[in-house]
Amino acid sequence: MDIFESIKNARQMITRTKMRSFLTMLGIIIGISSVMIVLSVGESVQELILDEIRSVGPDLVAVLPGASDEGGRPSSTFGIVNTSLKYEDGEAIIRSDSPYIDSLVMYLTGNDIISIDGNVKGITFYGTTATYTAVQGARVEKGRFFTKEEEVSNARVVVLGSKIASEIFRDDNPIGKKVTIKKVNFNVVGVLEEKGSSLIQSQDEDLFIPISTAQNIILGVNHINFMRIKVNNVNNINLAIEHIEDILRNRHNIDKLDQDDFTITSTADALETISLITDALKFFLTAVAAISLIVGGFGIMNIMLATVQERTKEIGLRRAVGAQKKEIINQFLVEAITITFISGIIGIIFGSLILVLISLVINYLDYNWTLIISPISVLLGVIVSIGIGLVFGITPAKKAAELDPIEALRYE
Amino acid sequence: MLINVKNLKKDFINGEVVTSVLRGVSFDVERGTFVSIMGPSGSGKSTLMHILSFLDKPTSGDYLFDDRNIKSLSDDELAEMRSKKVGFIFQSFNLLPTLSVLENVVLPLTYTNISSEERNQKSKDLLEQVGLSHRLDYSPTKLSGGEKQRVAIARALVNNPEVIFADEPTGNLDSKSGAQVMKILQELNKKGNTIILVTHEKSTAEHAERIIKIKDGNIIEDTKNFCRQEAQEDLNK
Repeated sequence: MDIFESIKNARQMITRTKMRSFLTMLGIIIGISSVMIVLSVGESVQELILDEIRSVGPDLVAVLPGASDEGGRPSSTFGIVNTSLKYEDGEAIIRSDSPYIDSLVMYLTGNDIISIDGNVKGITFYGTTATYTAVQGARVEKGRFFTKEEEVSNARVVVLGSKIASEIFRDDNPIGKKVTIKKVNFNVVGVLEEKGSSLIQSQDEDLFIPISTAQNIILGVNHINFMRIKVNNVNNINLAIEHIEDILRNRHNIDKLDQDDFTITSTADALETISLITDALKFFLTAVAAISLIVGGFGIMNIMLATVQERTKEIGLRRAVGAQKKEIINQFLVEAITITFISGIIGIIFGSLILVLISLVINYLDYNWTLIISPISVLLGVIVSIGIGLVFGITPAKKAAELDPIEALRYE
Repeated sequence: MLINVKNLKKDFINGEVVTSVLRGVSFDVERGTFVSIMGPSGSGKSTLMHILSFLDKPTSGDYLFDDRNIKSLSDDELAEMRSKKVGFIFQSFNLLPTLSVLENVVLPLTYTNISSEERNQKSKDLLEQVGLSHRLDYSPTKLSGGEKQRVAIARALVNNPEVIFADEPTGNLDSKSGAQVMKILQELNKKGNTIILVTHEKSTAEHAERIIKIKDGNIIEDTKNFCRQEAQEDLNK
């Protein structure tokens, strides 16, 4: 009994009972295509998120106040205010003149509500250093960024993100105009170039003031929220981190490693963490989608049991003319696999079409979406569909082989 | 001696009820003979045929085919015996409606190692012999009863069997088609084929050279048939 005859039988069975076969195949088609869609969309979303993190800069290291327990996130990321990191710490790092460190920026963040034409709007302002543009790769569109002197001298100057600038001043040139933050008037000295929307951060909506002004005049504190350090070479990140640790431990009088009151993270760390989370999500969703495949598999089992029943006489005849049990098993297994394989192929094509549609819609909505139809997911679809044929076809096939040939021949 | 049956018994057990269908049957069949096994329904003739054609095993007694005792054969070995040693002709033809006439004849060879060209050639030759070479691609459902049985005969011959088993081969046919089928069987016998015909009709049984009568699981008569019916004469009428 060759495989081609079994495939031909399967094809005949599909064409003979078109409606029934189609409904049965639908289960597998939907299952395979949904697994494929979930896998691909998951990968695209992951790529989107990772891209955002990469856009922050792979050569950046962040220093946050507070210890990290057991490798977890520092408490400051959960909104707990920790005052252990000071402006002087940053200055010390810069002064150390490390060969690995390119530049450093410090931040102290605050929120306020401003009113634009009677509409209330929540804003975020950053007390920061003059090095902001260098570290974050920001460009000034109009005017200038504030200087080092303004950074240390409580100067009441502000640089606006492009979006907030146009919201407040419309078409007017904002340079030289006034903006009020926490009842303090600031002179607008510059507007940043639009950087585009980003899931992680957007400078377009934010206001930037000298860090000394934020500390002394607006917030009345002497700590900073965090600093970012640009390393001169991605390969030197670990050396740079060690160097920063040494300086901070020295300054904070820490002699035991587990007493650190700061946490240093790199973009690479963040990438790893986010990948872990998105991977877990992706696989969870895939598992959910895979349930529909199991349901589809029982549909296949059902139709194969029905077809064994209908073809009892054929089985009897095949046994009479010399078919061994294993040849009957093979025949019905190949038939089941042919059906699931065809369903799998249709499912892959159907899934790909939907993915193309999704990417068209999302790109139309102006997101940077990469359509990923990975060969792995196509291969997986093919293998899984064959596997389902095997798993759910074996019981009907065995049932067919176990029929008594004499009884089967008498069957009407 | 091709077939040697000694004290063959077959019991069917249904729950606690034991039905003895064959109660000790013994006979021999020489190679090249045409034997009828005749008896009313329930006599055990079908069960006997199933055992002789390796579809079933006896409860006790011996069945030697070509000096080989089939008692010791496994399920797969029995399938191989069916594949190589016997051909079947059934009352209800048992052609597969989804296959063409040619594919139906090829079917037994798909369970052998013969190459597909050889399978097709052999099947075409046999269909020509039974006068159906113009129907190769037909579906069996489009054929008349007589044509169907001739396809079935071609199928029974395609593996060069040692014995052809015909189970009421004329049961579903009109008398003319039946006579044609019997004529083909007699011609095959003249060419040296061994044929075992199972029937309940005396007139059909009389086409054989030997008639074994069975009743209630026992052979009640085993005689040479002196007034052998020639199918050609029926056709001439």
